[in-house]
Amino acid sequence: MSQSLRPYLTAVRYSLEAALTLTNFSSQEVERHNRPEIEVPNTSAELLLQPMHIARSETEQVLIEPSVNSVRISLMVKQADEIEQILVHKFTMFLEQRAEAFHILRRAPIKGYSISFLITNKHTESMKTGKLVDFIIEFMEEVDKEISEMKLFLNARARFVANEYLGEFVY
Amino acid sequence: MSSQSVSAVFKLVKAPIYSHCFSQDKSLLAVTCKNDCLIYRFTNGSPQLVATLSNHDKTVTAVDISIHGRIVTCSQDRNAYVWEPLSDGTYKPTLVLLRINRAATCVSWAPSGYKFAVGSSARIIAVCYYEQENNWWVSKHIKKPIKSTVGCLSWHSNGVLLASGGTDGYMRIFSGFVKGLDSKDAVAGSPWGDKFPFGALVREFYHGSYIEDVEWRSSIESIGYVSHEGTLNVVDANNNHSQVNAPDGLPFNTLLWINDHEILCAGFSNHPVLFAEATGGWQFAKDLDKPASTDLSAHNTGNNNNNEDLDESEDVSATFGISALRKFKQLDLKGKVSTDVNETAHENTITQLLPYQETNGQVTQASACGLDGKVVIYNI
Repeated sequence: MSQSLRPYLTAVRYSLEAALTLTNFSSQEVERHNRPEIEVPNTSAELLLQPMHIARSETEQVLIEPSVNSVRISLMVKQADEIEQILVHKFTMFLEQRAEAFHILRRAPIKGYSISFLITNKHTESMKTGKLVDFIIEFMEEVDKEISEMKLFLNARARFVANEYLGEFVY
Repeated sequence: MSSQSVSAVFKLVKAPIYSHCFSQDKSLLAVTCKNDCLIYRFTNGSPQLVATLSNHDKTVTAVDISIHGRIVTCSQDRNAYVWEPLSDGTYKPTLVLLRINRAATCVSWAPSGYKFAVGSSARIIAVCYYEQENNWWVSKHIKKPIKSTVGCLSWHSNGVLLASGGTDGYMRIFSGFVKGLDSKDAVAGSPWGDKFPFGALVREFYHGSYIEDVEWRSSIESIGYVSHEGTLNVVDANNNHSQVNAPDGLPFNTLLWINDHEILCAGFSNHPVLFAEATGGWQFAKDLDKPASTDLSAHNTGNNNNNEDLDESEDVSATFGISALRKFKQLDLKGKVSTDVNETAHENTITQLLPYQETNGQVTQASACGLDGKVVIYNI
């Protein structure tokens, strides 16, 4: 872990711990509904709390939007070049198509971010909050590593393929 | 220390418990569990399920037992029921005409046991009482000036003053005076005012963030409340206000007056915290049942880092086969959880604290329920 990553992750961790203080809250707009308040157009502003925006660089940012019974966490994964952009897109799409298995994963990221999580009071009631925070932090740590690994692998493979293919034309 | 402060742990259900209540003689325990309310009887100190109250069709949010043994439950299906205990151990439900069109969030019996108040997401507090001629529990509404969901209620021991808090950030005191039930003598000479017609706003305190719980201390005419930004506040009739922050930085869900100068709070940090009044105002006194190692997160990430460094340096020297073996072993370890964590008695958020044993106005034992489906008795 590099020097500047540590304070970034620490800031995200404490912000998440503070944001994950959710309660079971039934809708005060719609009868007999219990819905994540952060996800619905809301006429009662008091139910949405101050969003927290943590940025390490222009390409690495986290947006935490808390509300009374749900928190939306959006990550922007580092994308240095076009290959990384494609890889991140494919990777997050792969995860999002399996969103049911991931429980807290949101099916679509919010605009401008690579991947979004939605944690509701149901999740904090059935899982340990500390472990949820650990998971997000670990994901943030791992995803960069994963992407750069994939990129290396892709480059190596491309070089090999190019060698083999273009070798045919060498006299 | 933790074994000293925890007197008993009862793992009751596999669902969050939002609210619990012991009967007057502590022989019965009522807990909310999903759409039901479960009644346990204690025989030789172990709880046995004796009844399931299942008239609600949405999450039951609160339960309370009156001094006469009547149980009231309220739920997000907009209804409340009063359950009358019958001689054969079953309960007879009576629907309460709440006349609200949103979820009921909290319920509290008045000390007399003849009326109760229900808070709701409809921005209404319904004060309910039994009407003999109709054979029904009817309600009167307190509407103004509540602007958002009512989350907590507390009756003064005189049975008239009703403190409430909610997501609009106001802690308000209303009059819950019901003609024919309450007498004016109960509030004679009250420092909070002279006249208490039903529904009158007696006092309001603006706080700004959600009020999670509120509780009267009638003997000193003070009110304690905890809010979502992680503070404990105490106010009195002269508008004196004292505030103290939570030591863990996480908000409290509930509070309990131990005596006139001590308050026990609990919430998202999974263990209760005791506050005491000193000369300079309210102060943190001690933690109950706090795990020895607290800075888990730093410990975890630090460890990971070390492991990686170690492996990388060893990989160079190790033979190929061994390093491959280690790699697969590591893959296997991924996602595994370390189990050597000092746990608190409650493994998840504590939702409600209630007095369990009192001697001379001093609470010596408190019961707490939590999202982990446990009820824990703490020694103080």
